[in-house]
Amino acid sequence: MADSTKTTRGSGLSRRGFLKGISAGGVATGLVGGAAVQHGKVVEAAPAVVGPGDTAIKLKINGEVKSLTVEPRTTLLDALRNRLDITGAKKVCDRGTCGACTLWIDGQPAYACSVLAIDAEDSEITTIESLGTPERMTALQQAFVNNDAQQCGFCTPGMIMACEAFLKENPSPTRDQVRDGISGNLCRCGTYHGIIDAVLEAAKTMKGGA
Amino acid sequence: MSRILFNDPLPEPERYELAEKPRYRFELDRRTFLQLTGAGLLITVTGGAAFAQRGASGARTIAARIHIGEDGIVTVMTSKVEVGQGARTELAQAAAEELRVPVDRVRMIMADTDVVPDDGGTYGSLTTPRTVPLVREAAAAAREALVQLAASVWQAPAGEVIVADAVIAHPPTSRRITFGELAKQPALLRLLEAPVEGAALTGEAAWTTLGAWVKKTTGRDIVTGAQKYPSDLVRPGMRYGAVLRPPAAGARLKHVDLALLKEWNDVVTVQDGDFVACAAPTSFRAAQAIAALQKTAVWEGATAGTTATLFAGLKQNAKTEGRGRSGPRVDEEGEVDAAFSAQAVTRAVYNVSYIQHVPMEPRAAVAEWVEGKLTVWTGTQRPHGVLEELQEAFGLGAGMVRVIVPDSGGGFGGKHTGDAALEAARIAKAAQAPVSLRWTREEEFQWAYCRPAGVIEMAAVLKEGALHAWEHSNINSGAAAIEMPYAAPHWRTRFLPSESPLREGSYRALAGAANVFARESFIDELALEAGADPLAFRLKHVQDDRLRAVLEAAASKFDWMAARQGGGSGTGVGIACGMLKGSYVATAVRVRVDNAIHVEHVCQAFECGAILNPGNLRSQVEGCIIMGLGGALLEAVEFEEGRVLNASLKQYAVPRFEHVPPLDLVLLDRRDLPSAGAGETPIVGIAPAIANAVCHATGRRLRQLPLRLEG
Repeated sequence: MADSTKTTRGSGLSRRGFLKGISAGGVATGLVGGAAVQHGKVVEAAPAVVGPGDTAIKLKINGEVKSLTVEPRTTLLDALRNRLDITGAKKVCDRGTCGACTLWIDGQPAYACSVLAIDAEDSEITTIESLGTPERMTALQQAFVNNDAQQCGFCTPGMIMACEAFLKENPSPTRDQVRDGISGNLCRCGTYHGIIDAVLEAAKTMKGGA
Repeated sequence: MSRILFNDPLPEPERYELAEKPRYRFELDRRTFLQLTGAGLLITVTGGAAFAQRGASGARTIAARIHIGEDGIVTVMTSKVEVGQGARTELAQAAAEELRVPVDRVRMIMADTDVVPDDGGTYGSLTTPRTVPLVREAAAAAREALVQLAASVWQAPAGEVIVADAVIAHPPTSRRITFGELAKQPALLRLLEAPVEGAALTGEAAWTTLGAWVKKTTGRDIVTGAQKYPSDLVRPGMRYGAVLRPPAAGARLKHVDLALLKEWNDVVTVQDGDFVACAAPTSFRAAQAIAALQKTAVWEGATAGTTATLFAGLKQNAKTEGRGRSGPRVDEEGEVDAAFSAQAVTRAVYNVSYIQHVPMEPRAAVAEWVEGKLTVWTGTQRPHGVLEELQEAFGLGAGMVRVIVPDSGGGFGGKHTGDAALEAARIAKAAQAPVSLRWTREEEFQWAYCRPAGVIEMAAVLKEGALHAWEHSNINSGAAAIEMPYAAPHWRTRFLPSESPLREGSYRALAGAANVFARESFIDELALEAGADPLAFRLKHVQDDRLRAVLEAAASKFDWMAARQGGGSGTGVGIACGMLKGSYVATAVRVRVDNAIHVEHVCQAFECGAILNPGNLRSQVEGCIIMGLGGALLEAVEFEEGRVLNASLKQYAVPRFEHVPPLDLVLLDRRDLPSAGAGETPIVGIAPAIANAVCHATGRRLRQLPLRLEG
């Protein structure tokens, strides 16, 4: 009976273990190695028992502390989208395979579908909502618009979060480096070349180039 | 019987374009519905939605299409949807061009059935050839109404009044008035109540907005996460829905213990025939309730068939008799049987697997009942079709259902039905609260319809190095692009429906990809048999100048002759061409083959008449090539007894950054020809071009999609 299942905080149950499985299988590439998996702050001390039933937590999202109660197995993505109505991160595969829910945890890109909300409690969570606004975009967002680097746009928020993080680490990338660096993100409309063009343009702009 | 179809400027409705029905009806409600019809209170034509494009009423007056606000903003209304293909921007361009305003002064209201005229659904590459002209005509008529009104206000001859740069002006007296000021005059509304007719459209040579790369008008909202998709919507008091799914297609519910949830006070459960679902305050709770119910559910039966027996089954069940949409379609010219009987015949059979659309955004809907009126926000390509489905399922009359389609996360032909809308509405009715239902990725793979699988049998006779007889038979996947583009004195094309073990329906270019794969592979085989260069063999037989032009353009850019000289030792080049829905494509590729097929370079020429937005066209053509790479190399739905075995993005691979080759595009702009849609045809060339290149590289002919070296 699902109800009686106990979940332990920080024990790396469920999602994280699952993600490692994928990573070992060589399917999820790019970000997973550098982000979601590494993010898990494995608490080695005797874990506090959480649940069953809802648990009160506080999440620091885009600098604001939000209090909510979640079932302990609720992912960060579901907590954001379905509890806090912060919907920029998208739910596409729900299995750490597509990157559409990419956000930053303590500045590092992570898949929100692969992190439990309770595990993100002590972290700084940054979502697409805190980057630019339609009236005041970041250089990268402007470059996406300039290059029409989105078709349906459903992958775009996750793509932007991955690309911004990539550019922080790689301010002068080559085309191949961009392609490898954001390879964990999927665009079903096939706007890949446009996205790479946008990242390269943004890299130039951010350095003050033409 | 002799009929050549490929010069038909407008495509016929494809057999599977809309045929796929939602998976279930609500039995209780259907009874109510029948009673209502019996009493003569409601008239609904079942199946009418299947031909909504043909029956679409469109806008009868200018005002039904165009509104001019006192703020000077031009509002354009259409039932077309935006799913990434660029309709929103292109239609805004069309209005802006004719009204002489910048695109950012045009606001599009798309697919809100309470507000917009029924222009039909968004499919068949019809927005560009049909809806763009409708919007232009209405906008041009609105422009003339503005001129007429200004002329009467100024008491000047209408011939002296001009519209330019969003202002109406009378140059002889230097008077000017804005759209907004004129909109304050009640007379304008009366003028816009006139039928759309007679206004002159702007000639191509004078275009300033059409033909230009106008960036996606919603780009800023998309890149900042501000755009709200159907699965992002929240309504006050909204609950989250979840549906109890059968373990396999075709399974019937024998028993489920709903009493189990009696103590779950926050959960509403609904059972309506085989449909069982829950609504709960959180998505987690709804899923939890469904998981608990699933443990008590007893299911019986499943649709027969497995991946291994798919093609044999399709062939065995091919229908050679019957009429209309359920029967075969045959076109031929010459003495086909005689031509085949006396000669050595070359034959080949090609198979095409089921594939899924995999839109980034799974099906989603928010349904809300207020005083008996149902409003549903959902991602669908057929807003009025879904409206009819909802009317039928719930026995609702005209004006009692409103469907609103926010810009959605991808369609690709996969969102024609209203499954999520129907389900959300049924749950919301039980929950007496707005309900959001968002399909999971697994539900998408298991329950959304597939692109039809097909068996394609080809036969030909060569005489003196030229085609003498030709037969192309497609079993199950459809007739799109089956038309014979090559000269042969005796030819026959046939489409034979069959029985599909999986739910199937529309897809980008539909059977075009399957038929062009078979034909362009087979013509390559025949060229080799004739000892001819594959490009030269095509050019020798090709009948349509536009098809010839794209072949030559792709070959030239690719430097075909030089590239073909290489080959062998693991690398090879291939070419293919096709035409569909008024547009033309030719694709040349270079591959390297070791233990896998690596596409190293793709060069594609495409022509769709006058180009309306070159940037968006490039996106569509590139997107088609990349999606086509999936069907060519990666994608196949694996199934067993109604169960999809690879129902996740981990198991069902779609093209990613790593799969994307360098692309060279040649976009031919034929300003002298009407614009055709471009979201489908560019997908058809890539698979056969790769198959032909693999054969050039290795000598091996692969005749099944996806192309696999093993087996």
